[in-house]
Amino acid sequence: MNVAKRTFDAVIVGAGGAGLRAALQLSESGLKTAVLSKVFPTRSHTVAAQGGVAASLGNSTEDNWHWHMYDTVKGSDWLGDQDAIEFMCKKANEVVIELEHYGMPFDRTDNGKIYQRPFGGHSMNYGQAPVMRSCAAADRTGHAMLHALYQRNVRANTQFFVEWMALDLIRDADGDVVGVTALEMETGEVSIFHAKATIFATGGSGRIYYSSTNAFINTGDGVGMAARAGIPLEDMEFWQFHPTGVAGAGVLITEGVRGEGGILRNSSGERFMERYAPNLKDLASRDVVSRSMVTEINEGRGCGPDKDHVMLDITHLSPETIMKRLPGIREISIQFAGVDPIKAPIPVVPTCHYQMGGIPTNFKGQVVVPKDGNPNTPVVGFYAAGECACASVHGANRLGTNSLLDLLVFGKSAGETVVEDLQSGNLRLKPLPADAADVSLARLNRLENQKNGTQVHDVRLAMQRTMQKHAGVFRFNDLLKEGVQRILEVAEQAKNTEIKDKSQVWNTARTEALELDNLIEVAKATMISAEARKESRGAHVRDDAPDTAEHPNGRDDENWLKHSLWFSEGNRLDYKPVNLKPMSDDVEPIALAKRTY
Amino acid sequence: MIKRTVQFKIYRYDPDKDEKPYMQDISVELEPSDKKLLDALVRLKTKDDTLSFRRSCREGVCGSDAMNINGKNGLACLTDVDNVAQPIVLRPLPGLPVIRDLIVDMTQFFKQYHSIKPYLVNNDPAPERERLQTPEEREELNGLYECILCACCSTSCPSFWWNPDKFVGPAGLLNAYRFLADTRDQDTAARLDDLEDPYRLFRCHSIMNCVDVCPKNLNPTRAIGKIKDMMVRRAV
Repeated sequence: MNVAKRTFDAVIVGAGGAGLRAALQLSESGLKTAVLSKVFPTRSHTVAAQGGVAASLGNSTEDNWHWHMYDTVKGSDWLGDQDAIEFMCKKANEVVIELEHYGMPFDRTDNGKIYQRPFGGHSMNYGQAPVMRSCAAADRTGHAMLHALYQRNVRANTQFFVEWMALDLIRDADGDVVGVTALEMETGEVSIFHAKATIFATGGSGRIYYSSTNAFINTGDGVGMAARAGIPLEDMEFWQFHPTGVAGAGVLITEGVRGEGGILRNSSGERFMERYAPNLKDLASRDVVSRSMVTEINEGRGCGPDKDHVMLDITHLSPETIMKRLPGIREISIQFAGVDPIKAPIPVVPTCHYQMGGIPTNFKGQVVVPKDGNPNTPVVGFYAAGECACASVHGANRLGTNSLLDLLVFGKSAGETVVEDLQSGNLRLKPLPADAADVSLARLNRLENQKNGTQVHDVRLAMQRTMQKHAGVFRFNDLLKEGVQRILEVAEQAKNTEIKDKSQVWNTARTEALELDNLIEVAKATMISAEARKESRGAHVRDDAPDTAEHPNGRDDENWLKHSLWFSEGNRLDYKPVNLKPMSDDVEPIALAKRTY
Repeated sequence: MIKRTVQFKIYRYDPDKDEKPYMQDISVELEPSDKKLLDALVRLKTKDDTLSFRRSCREGVCGSDAMNINGKNGLACLTDVDNVAQPIVLRPLPGLPVIRDLIVDMTQFFKQYHSIKPYLVNNDPAPERERLQTPEEREELNGLYECILCACCSTSCPSFWWNPDKFVGPAGLLNAYRFLADTRDQDTAARLDDLEDPYRLFRCHSIMNCVDVCPKNLNPTRAIGKIKDMMVRRAV
């Protein structure tokens, strides 16, 4: 097959929030940049974010970045790196104000400032009371943000390669990254994008689970590509189950609903969160709320004929508030739950939502791996930002609104680092290895010629069912052990997928088969890292690590205050220390403590 | 719930093997959890993996799965499959070149969107904090900024079918008004100059197909009327 070569200063894979924010930095610096996306940029999954983006603007209640940092570290169950968290919380106001200047249509307060609402786990004065920190455009914040970022890129003349799917990362003999291979979906042609810098902003992988709020496209492409190229994946056992997915449909209902006063109720109508989180109640951290809901359901207090969900009630809010602040939620509720939330509560259930782990990076967006005794050695030429990356700011549990903030701060930071590295001459165009496209061509060739293989749909479903059953909201030692075996079997089946569609033009069967190769890496990383972590922390709670006096909440800091690193080759696990030290003297380290809300 | 079988008539065309497009009669048995037309198409694709269509968010915010459903443009993910008359006739969005099956080439659509300078223009030095806007001023953007660029409107508009290269089309014009209506934007005069043209704006004859099909219940005709009002006001 003929493989065209294209050369750029930088190539960005992914055009969601992180990719578009990074692209702005590069385009506005006049660097020759290619942005690859398998969907038109405004179709990226950032578009589905609803409730807001965190920044301690203090427009409606007193606030500062110290409180935000404390909440984020506590939310992460102390697994987040405090240097990166300090960096993110300090930068929040700047990146949100920039967005406003780009034209983002934030809602407004009466005095004309950006409207802010309360959100789960965000507090004033170190956990004392809810704070209004989530900057919102109704309940369509992600949509408004993604379009504003795309529009700014139109202004900056960013060069997009729309509906191109990246296939594999290209590393040379030194292990440096020199670009990616990619497939143009309309023609089926493969190209090499040869670049001095490669930024991955490919988003999450929530489609490894059966029930997910994530879009079809969230198949962990960057994460899978990195894993196949020998880059370890960090903290992949930590997955966020959002408390309020529409029961049965999985579609997201924002936490902003509870920020505006919504209440979770069980079958007897009780506001059960008062028992689990007496202080923040329905606005406790997501992992806490999700577990409380599942406990209610498991103990027989679920709603509906099968007692398999709980109710999210906003019938006490005025119709005006709902129409003004939550119009999208009303539409979704009518469309996917068949209820108008002005009149009746919405049936909800915890649903897979966000990948806390990912490609290991530092706060500058550089991808870092263990090398020569340093666990955080940058990989030359390789950067990552957004959900595909692990900076790590979310640790074991992400706070709502910190994901949109993450992609702005670290998208920008990765872009700035690349600009610096290019302008200082630190990065040069290294020659392509002779076999640069061989891995990708072999994958395509296998698909083309596979006989008597497995069906993509069947293997994907087996993977999703396995993840759902064996690595869910609560985790069990025996199920995890069995889950490892099961997911390795599924991974074997994924090696022999067969498609009937052999067309070169917009072959979506081929796209789905290639996506499955990425998903399966993420699924293995998740199950194996989860089985190995013998404690409970944040979103990872297991039956054999219960809440005791010695180990509050089941957390074992002595043995497990460390990041997991999973290598695809041999399914090997390694670990590296958590950075408990902030980056500046502006703030003291947030000391370890038991997490309660 | 009883298993339901759905009959389809689907426009099929693969330029790699088909000399010309044809309509395929095909049916699929749905699972109880299959509620939307998109669910049915995804189910159908497990039977025939060559069926090609775009999809992503499956909740009506990304704008990928616009298609012509029984003669009317809409999003597959927001269409209740049980409420559609069978056989469900599916065609690609009208008026744009077909790449394959239900996938159209949207180049012309996006070219028109890009032509209206879809970004905020404000040449004042950026202030340290947000530019202020009253809640009332911000409300002017409601019904405009929610556009998902699905192209249901523009590809249902006869004026766009006839002059896709010259008429901006309802989606582009709705977005043009989104910036004209924004108190932070300073490019009003240039934006109106650009649209003061027998084709770019004035090919709209208020047929209102756009309003009829918009899956987000937006009203491009109203936005176009507002642009025309602004032109009249500045002329007097």
